[in-house]
Amino acid sequence: MELDLEVDDSRQPYTVLAVKGEVDVYTAPRLREKLVELVSQGKRQVVVDLEGVEFLDSTGLGVLVGGLKRLRSHDGDLSLVCTQQRILKVFEITGLTHVFSIFASADEAASTSN
Amino acid sequence: MQRSLVLELDVPSSAEYIAIVRLVVASVATARRALADERVDDLKLAVSEACTNAIEANRLVSPGAPVHVEVWESPDRLEVCIEDSGPGFDPDRVTSPPPFTDPGRLNFERGLGIPLIRTLVDNAAFVRKQQGTLVRMTVFGGPLDGDDTGTIYMDVSRFSGLPPLTPES
Repeated sequence: MELDLEVDDSRQPYTVLAVKGEVDVYTAPRLREKLVELVSQGKRQVVVDLEGVEFLDSTGLGVLVGGLKRLRSHDGDLSLVCTQQRILKVFEITGLTHVFSIFASADEAASTSN
Repeated sequence: MQRSLVLELDVPSSAEYIAIVRLVVASVATARRALADERVDDLKLAVSEACTNAIEANRLVSPGAPVHVEVWESPDRLEVCIEDSGPGFDPDRVTSPPPFTDPGRLNFERGLGIPLIRTLVDNAAFVRKQQGTLVRMTVFGGPLDGDDTGTIYMDVSRFSGLPPLTPES
């Protein structure tokens, strides 16, 4: 099962992490490692782009919550890009739409986030 | 009411096999039932959550035991049963994360699987067995026209002696 993670630093001070593939208990550790790596590199404004995600389960949600917590503890933030209804639904059911800022595009996230 | 077994699947208690289970169950649901794509997606996620829990439970007490999956159908419903050999648990005692308004919400990275299962399928039952837990998830919806019969048996657990699949770095 593939999980593709691509980092784009072209929207400073934002770092966009584009996630492609399926995020579950098997692949989520790689997403966690990448978020930890970005924080340890000094990135503080991270936008996780979920537009290429085909499947996301509660393990993936947990990793994103962990990433948000880690960034906030460093005075940073983690926002999301997601327009896919089936992925948004998972955030809605779990109430996490109230925890994350969710945008329609990386450009919007980079221009709206504080 | 006529109830028949349409799929029986055993997989090793390893995370890399969860994708196989959700894909196979979703394929069977799509092939046999007149369900909207959205409902198949919901079932796929519920199956994934139940499998994740089953693998975790098996690893606590019997890591070599497979996770057993069965799909049953009746005229008005599809049932997916996922069974582990773990220590068992009481779903009513699973701690729910605090509300999103609580700053402590971010300390909860887990505990979302059971609420998701309960929301995504029409009925979810957690049955405590002598050894292990059986999760029965039901989706209501009529069958497709057709006369498909027979049961698919798959035993992926015999591959458990192979080295684990490693995600590409």
